[in-house]
Parts: sequence; structure tokens; C-alpha cells
Amino acid sequence: MAKIIKDRQIVEANETLLRPNDDGSFASVPEQGAVLVPLKQYLSQREMLQVRGNFGVYFAPDDEVESLGADATNLVLIAVEFPAFTDGRGFSIGRLLRERYGFNGELRAFGDVFKDTLNYLARCGFNSFAVREDKDLADALLGLDDFTEFYQAGVTHSPLFRRRIPA
Amino acid sequence: MYRYDEFDQKIVDQRVAQFRDQTRRYLAGELTEDQFRPLRLQNGLYVQRHAPMLRIAVPYGLLSSRQLRTLAMIASKYDRGYGHFSTRQNLQFNWPELAKVPEILAELATVQMHAIQTSGNCIRNTTTDQFAGVAHDEMVDPRPWCEIIRQWSTFHPEFAHLPRKFKIAINGAREDRAAILVHDIGLEVVDRNGEVGFKVFVGGGLGRTPIIGELVNEFLPKEHLLSYLEAILRVYNRYGRRDNKYKARIKILVKALGVEVFAAKVAQEWAFLKDGALTLTQTEIDRITTFFVPPTYEKLAGDDASFLKLRDENKAFARWVERNVFPHKVPGYAAVTLSLKPTGVPPGDATADQMEGVAALAEQYSFGEVRVSHEQNLILADVKQSDLPLIWEAAKKLGFATPNIGLITDIVCCPGGDFCSLANAKSIPVAESIQKLFDDLDYLFDLGEIDLNISGCMNSCGHHHVGHIGILGVDKNGSEWYQVALGGRQGRDAQIGKVIGPSFAQDEVPAVIGKIISVFLENRQAGEPFIDVFDRIGIEPFKTRVYAKEPSHG
Repeated sequence: MAKIIKDRQIVEANETLLRPNDDGSFASVPEQGAVLVPLKQYLSQREMLQVRGNFGVYFAPDDEVESLGADATNLVLIAVEFPAFTDGRGFSIGRLLRERYGFNGELRAFGDVFKDTLNYLARCGFNSFAVREDKDLADALLGLDDFTEFYQAGVTHSPLFRRRIPA
Repeated sequence: MYRYDEFDQKIVDQRVAQFRDQTRRYLAGELTEDQFRPLRLQNGLYVQRHAPMLRIAVPYGLLSSRQLRTLAMIASKYDRGYGHFSTRQNLQFNWPELAKVPEILAELATVQMHAIQTSGNCIRNTTTDQFAGVAHDEMVDPRPWCEIIRQWSTFHPEFAHLPRKFKIAINGAREDRAAILVHDIGLEVVDRNGEVGFKVFVGGGLGRTPIIGELVNEFLPKEHLLSYLEAILRVYNRYGRRDNKYKARIKILVKALGVEVFAAKVAQEWAFLKDGALTLTQTEIDRITTFFVPPTYEKLAGDDASFLKLRDENKAFARWVERNVFPHKVPGYAAVTLSLKPTGVPPGDATADQMEGVAALAEQYSFGEVRVSHEQNLILADVKQSDLPLIWEAAKKLGFATPNIGLITDIVCCPGGDFCSLANAKSIPVAESIQKLFDDLDYLFDLGEIDLNISGCMNSCGHHHVGHIGILGVDKNGSEWYQVALGGRQGRDAQIGKVIGPSFAQDEVPAVIGKIISVFLENRQAGEPFIDVFDRIGIEPFKTRVYAKEPSHG
């Protein structure tokens, strides 16, 4: 990952994404450098990783948030992969992490992420976006404000009906 | 009806700006076809056989005359002078230019309209009874609940990319005119000793695998409506199949898990959401309900004498009243269905002039409101009986007075292969060839109520599964064939029709329908409806006749 949007700023991100090996085994964790490990790897190597530090955990769309649960609050970075932006499971993952399990670190969307998905992602609790490399980051940033008013409850807003002043 | 405040308007205006930007980027090559497709679909824009098709949302079928006039203007200015009312109570334009769509959306926004979520794998337009609020058999008016769901489902950030499309319908009357059992979620608003709540059905649907919805909650108190819907949608969003689009609807998930397991999963999710921010406040329920208070009706003694007199004297008027006038809960009033099913016109089509004409009728006779039914007709819901003769005359001039509501020529029909790129076969010419068989009004009336529904493909937009007679276009080695099913029905005892056998060529269809009607008439006991005869004698006699070898003349 190179440049990303985080808290509405364009910043560098240098974590190495540790994909599992072809045979499904976990990739070995390098001694140095920031890494993103799959949820399953974190769950099985939790103690080692916590001693090492400098890591985040990433979710695939079919990973169960419940398997991490309240342990989410011990993490500083969670990333959620969107293999295709039309796979909406990651949106539920974001809300569950924020609203149910109290995660308040960096929540990053990566994969098929671009301007037109940012507004919904932000409302589901994402504050960090690794936008597709073929898209312009500055233009994508504008997508965060495609909508500034919302009907629903989300991570960022209570439902409109609780904010509306009856005429 | 509901009127936007600054918040609603801002949301719709921001959508216009967003879509303008998306269209510009697509045309400039900054968005690929694959990226733009889901985005435009969430704005009701398909790319069709001849041109894009734009589907405009008519929330739960309610239109003001001003909105209808704007639709007429759009039909003239941006299309070929007509529009098509769909089985989702929406309106489709078949010939807009892609580059002009942002402009059309801007025009719509000026009258509080849009095309949001009229397609795509998201929550679609919530539908209801076209007689909501006026029906003589209504228990609770479903419209405020439709609006509450409309707002919750519009741009829901978590549920914009579901495994597949998602349709919700609500009924509040004794008869179910909203087909709630064939929806992803069907809600029945009920009043239990003064407490309003919902009976919740999940997993109904038509399409490739027609299934009747299953009861998952016997009584959901009203304030929990949104948190419960959110729980259902979250379970579906997380666990619905995404590997095969034909198995992606919630009905497949409900079947795979079994309804008990599914309901338990929803209950488990709901336990977290219940009593949270989504709990509806009485202030909000009251605010929304205010928009649906009854209009100021005149106090009338009862049935209007002049109307009854004309009905007794004029057979043609009496026929129209019998088929197209629906009893109203207020004495001296009635609801009128304008039939968009005259023979020779694609079912559900209306020209710009006709839309203007209906808008004028609504302004003069029906408090400036019009409804769209899921059977693709238009309704003037609040007219005085004393005005019925004038409305009848005006409707005749518009070509919308065919007295066929509920009869075999009131065909529910998708646009089919003439327009739709998904279709396997044409549906409009089939509808017309059948309508022509029943041109004689005496004969048509004598047949009584028969629902005939036609879909041009398995997507079932023409609801063929729930027609008493259902016709489905199928592709056989590249040519168009038609499968016929009998015994389907909508409503409280909704059932999926049974296929009678091998399919037919297009020119054989009218004769097949003719044979089915003959079997019905030969077996009918005094005035019996078609569906009752079918239930009594079963499918066999129909099969036997339809597939009998022609006698040889050798």
C-alpha cells in the first residue's frame, strides 16, 4: 500500500499485506516493519503478534466479526477487504466492529475502493481508504461528501428522525 | 401524501449532483463499464435493447397531479411521448439518452421525485395496496409505514450492495392487494386491541424459484419496525449467497437454513439492535402520519341517487362501475381504476397527453392525487359518486375506461423482448393476441374474474407465477416459446401456478387460452369463478384438452 486517505488526509501507509501461502498456511511474519495479517492468523498467533507489535488485522468478506469480538479494542488497525465493491459484506463488518465491539482504531477499506463507495463506507465506520491505484486520490476524497445528510442510523449519525425538529 | 422538507430535498439534490458526476466520468472513460453498471442501476438506469431505460420511483404508488404532469413533460421532452407503469408501481421511460439522464433527474427533483434504488441489488421501492387509506376493508393505513420504510431504506449505507435485489410490501386491509406473500419481506399492519404492530413474512418471491413467504414474527410492535428490518437485512447481507445470482435472493437463504433457524438468527441479531437508536419515536410516527390524514371529504348521506339511476339505466356505465369502481370507506365516495389495458396498447403504457388528462381529472375530482397499482393501472382514490358519470365520460375520451379490471383482458405484462434485454421472448404481442379473443364485452363479462399474467422471462416481472393463467416466455434453441401455468393466485392464499406441460409457439398461444376457457365454461357451475372451477376439477381436464391430438379428417 502506498498513499491512502485517512481521516480526510492523503497520507502514506506502509503496512505489508501478509496473504496466506498458496497451500493455505500462514505467511511468516517478518521481524521488522508494519504488517497486516489475516484475521485467522491473528487468532492463532495472537500472543506472538502482540509481543511483536506494529501490526494490523485484515478481514475477508466472509470472516466473522464475532470470532474477534471485544478483542477488537486491543487493536489499532483493522482493514477490511472489498474484492469487488458490490460485495457488501464489508459494510456490515465495519458497523459491527464499531458499534458492537467498540473498535475505535483505524478502520481501513482496501481492494475495490473508489470515490463512489467512500460515503457509504464512512457511514459504516471506515475512516481510512486504500483507494484503487488507477484512481485519483484527490478526486476520490470528494466522494466522502457526496451526501451530507442521511436518514439512517450509522456509525457517524443518529437517524434523521431523531434530529429532525417537527414543524 | 408525504411532502419533502429541507432534509429530504437536500438528499435528492445531492443524488442528482452525484449521478451527474458519475455519468460525466463514465462518458470521459474515468469509470469503467463494470464500475458504472452497478452505480447506474442503483439509479434505475438500464441499458436496453434499443436505448437506456430509466425507471422512476413512485413511492408506494402515490403521485400528485403535479408530479404526473412532470412525468408527462419528461415523456415529451426526453422520450417518445409515453411511459410504462410497472408492476412495482413505478414508471419506466424506454428511450432516454444516457447523457440527458442527469437533466431528467434534476427535473424530477423539482417535484420531489427521483430514480433512487429502482434497480440494483438494494432495497427497492416499497409497495402497498393501491386503495390504502380509502379501502372499505382496511384495518390500518399502511402508507405512513411505507414512508417510514422509504426513508430508512433510501441510501442505507450498509445495504447498498446486497447479494440481490430486495423488495418489501405492506398490506393493511382484509384482502391482500399488495401480494405481500411473494415479497422478500411482506408486512401486514395489524391492530391488536389498539396496539399497532406487524406480522412479518420473509422469503417469498417470484423469479426462477417462486416461493411463498414464511411467517417469522407474529406480532412486532410498531416502534421496533426499523430495528427488526435492519436485523433481517443484516443477516441477509452477511449470509445470503453471492456465488450464484440465481440463488442469491433471501428466499434461498430462508429455505437453506429453514425458517426456524433463520428466524432465530434474526432474533439473535435483533437482540443487539432492539431499543437502540432505530426505535421509532411517537413524535416521528405522528409527524409522518400527519401527511396521510384523510382529505376534507364532504358529508354525504350515502349512495348518490343520480349515480345509482344512471347505473340502472345505462348498461355500459353499469359495467364500468361493476369492474372499475371500488367501494370507499367514506359514504358517497368511490375509488376509480383507470384501465391502462385497452386492447392493442402495451399493458401499462400511457402517453404524455393521457398523463396530463389523468392529472387534470385528479385535480378536478380527486384532491389532486393519483395512485399506480401493481396491476399497472391508475387510480383516482377519492371521488364523489355524483361525479362518476363525468369521470366515466372523461376516461372514455382518454381511452382509459375499458371496463375490464380483474377480467382476463386486464393483463399484467412486462415490457418483454420488444424492449428488455433480459427477456427470452416478447410479451406485449402475446397480450394483444389474447385481448383480441375477448373483444366481445358480454362474453368477457360472463367469464368473470380471471387474472392473466405474462412474463417475457424467468425474472417474472409480469408476475406470471401468481396469475390464474400464467404465461412465461422461454428460449428454446434461440426461438421464442411460451409455457402456460394454471392455478396461481395472489392475496392471502397466494399460490404458485402449475405448469400444464410443454411450451407453445407464439401463434399457438391464443388457441391454447381459448381451449382453457372452453374447459372452464363446460365445467362451470352457475357463475363460478375460474379459479374455483380449477380448484374443483384440477389441472388434468385442461391438460387433456390443450394437448389433445387434432381429430384427423382422413
